Amino acid sequence: MSDAVEVKTLIIDEQEVSARRGQTILEVARENEIYIPTLCHMEGLSDVGACRMCLVEIKGSKKLLPACVATVFEGMEVSTNTERLKQHRRTILELLFAERNHICSVCVANGHCELQTLGQEQGLTHIRLPYRNPQLTVDASNERFTIDHNRCILCTRCVRVCAEIEGAHVWDVMGRGINSIVITDLHEDWGSSSCTRCGKCVQVCPTGALFDKSKVGTDHPKNPEFLPYLNLMREAQ
Amino acid sequence: MTIEELEQIATSVRQEHEKYDYEVNVCMDLACASQGADRLREALVKEAEASGKKVLVRRTGCMGPCSSGPLVRVDPAETLYRHVHSDHAESIVASLGGEPVAELQCDLSDHFDKQVRVVLENAGYIDPEKIDDYIGRDGYKALLTALTEMTPNGVIHRITESGLRGRGGGGYPTGLKWGTVSKAGGDMKYVVCNGDEGDPGAFMDRSVMEGDPHRVIEGMAIAAYAVGASKGFIYVRAEYPVAVSRLTTALREARRRGLLGNNICGTTFNFDMEIRLGAGAFVCGEETALIASIEGRRGTPKPRPPYPAVSGLWGKPTLINNVETYANVAPIMRNGGKWFFNMGSERSKGTKVFALTGKITNTGLVEVPMGIKLWEIIDVIGGGVPDGHKLKAVQTGGPSGGCIPADMLDLGVSYDALMAAGSIMGSGGMIVMDDTSCMVNVARFFVEFCMTESCGKCIPCRAGTAQMYTLLSRFCDGSGTMEELELLEELCGTIKDTSLCGLGMTAPNPVLSTLKYFRNEYIEHIVHKRCPAGVCNIKAPVEVLA
Repeated sequence: MSDAVEVKTLIIDEQEVSARRGQTILEVARENEIYIPTLCHMEGLSDVGACRMCLVEIKGSKKLLPACVATVFEGMEVSTNTERLKQHRRTILELLFAERNHICSVCVANGHCELQTLGQEQGLTHIRLPYRNPQLTVDASNERFTIDHNRCILCTRCVRVCAEIEGAHVWDVMGRGINSIVITDLHEDWGSSSCTRCGKCVQVCPTGALFDKSKVGTDHPKNPEFLPYLNLMREAQ
Repeated sequence: MTIEELEQIATSVRQEHEKYDYEVNVCMDLACASQGADRLREALVKEAEASGKKVLVRRTGCMGPCSSGPLVRVDPAETLYRHVHSDHAESIVASLGGEPVAELQCDLSDHFDKQVRVVLENAGYIDPEKIDDYIGRDGYKALLTALTEMTPNGVIHRITESGLRGRGGGGYPTGLKWGTVSKAGGDMKYVVCNGDEGDPGAFMDRSVMEGDPHRVIEGMAIAAYAVGASKGFIYVRAEYPVAVSRLTTALREARRRGLLGNNICGTTFNFDMEIRLGAGAFVCGEETALIASIEGRRGTPKPRPPYPAVSGLWGKPTLINNVETYANVAPIMRNGGKWFFNMGSERSKGTKVFALTGKITNTGLVEVPMGIKLWEIIDVIGGGVPDGHKLKAVQTGGPSGGCIPADMLDLGVSYDALMAAGSIMGSGGMIVMDDTSCMVNVARFFVEFCMTESCGKCIPCRAGTAQMYTLLSRFCDGSGTMEELELLEELCGTIKDTSLCGLGMTAPNPVLSTLKYFRNEYIEHIVHKRCPAGVCNIKAPVEVLA
């Protein structure tokens, strides 16, 4: 009896849904086609709860919880799209757009960018905060890929995919606060690092920060769909 | 080590002390040591030997009133001398048995009378590097009694009964936390002591670790027995080298005496601990970041739940308490939960140590019963604001706290009252500000601290604190607008609601509390382009000639 699946029932946006014990709110919402915006989450990778886009309200709790890591409990009532949440999401997106140099018109990811899509979707029309315009570097030393730190939002998907899926752990985060950047190895050039050139990080990058040199201009869709499949096949082995 | 052996040591320590007619205690805490207390002690030892009198010269931990340092207290007369230097050694030793040295003597009875010393009961009375001194003052008695006479549940019950709440700032009921960890399953559990004190102007935990390290070790060992842990970690910031060396010595002595290790006191209880050094990140005081740091990973917080009580160090149930919380454990065990419960205010029990700094006469370490009025701390214990200036505000809780204006000094100090006033108890920093402080600039100082100490993991804290800093800087240099003030308030709301850990969630507090009580100062900066306190360098507006 110990491995019997425990079923929980809960309400997400006035819709009654059922879930297995231990499932996250996000998983259950997606199974039931209830949309919750995400940015650092990626199916197939561990969750860090860093981008705060997926915060939801739980009835009876003042604290907002990240849907990607918060697990369900019986009788939970979740709201995913209240005015309060919408306003916070817009402010967080504003903070991201003002943090580095996100100029869509000259970006390789224009039209395929998750940050851009979220901005449109959340009704962001302009940025009220002062742009920080930091002077950041571009590392094109890798023969296949380039990283443009000006477009990085520090979601750490590259760090996680490299450590968890590729098993190389080439990427990591250096520095703290507003000065954090992702680095390869111990802050060596990407080209001379221990990178295996597998390109998984490029596929999971939500913006134009990591891109493939062989693709020109804006014709640059990314295909992270391989991840859940890869995980499934590994588990099956 | 058995209780009988412990009592033998205590008796022999007392007998040893009775051989001396006088005890000269020299405060060797950082503030006094930096002014030459070690030279003073050497001079005193030399003079004492030369005089032929029976004098014990002892180094001690922090006595409290740091601004009067270096301090010397001569027992049994309890004569307190301030600003003592090595030249004074001769006259002090000469005065023993006669009249005290008038020019050095100071009367700080106002300062001490209102204080109640529980955590600091040994400060100024024991040599921190001598375990026997601690045992001589009932040290380790609580641990051995608990091990031989009480069940773990009995210990938790006593802590719960005392009403002790976490002294790190959050104020979570300690007994409840211990109960949760003890109920968690698994054969491996950890206890961790958070000594990563990082608030600007706070040094309570440092003084406890430096002045009475065995008290922390004993508290942790009792906690380990109560929750069923066998391994402990003391996480101390590397900026506290003296605390680290005193703790290292203390651990070595405790092991030698059989108070740490296997089968302590002949029971089945095994417990030992290690010191782990922080590498200078404020965020590592946050419990999940602290855990990551001990595990050897980058010190960034994780979303909670799961709480460390369920899944902490290496995924095992972990009890994390602050230094001062552990320091309260032994006295509670010795004197009973009721004794502690009867001190303090309705929902905040016991005493709290504050590091009193800023524009105040007696800066230093004070321990007061909860519920004491703020004005009693400032005017009576602290001796008021010096140089004829007027008190403006009291900042509590460090960068996560807020400013309480001068007209609210009748507030009783407790977790709930401070929270209601828009500040927090925090770990115990208390910074007094007078009319020469600009509150916009003060808010900017704390926001700058949060900005540079943000780990960068979540966006609201990483980018939000930087934006708050930019906006506040614009107010300070006179280029801000009223629209930007509105934007700042909205930003504060988002950062407070959406940040991942406590550092981010509380980062807007200095701004929100100064806006609540000193909004006019912001308006002065923005509309009239002037700084009322004369701190901010606002250039006169350029007149455009027609």
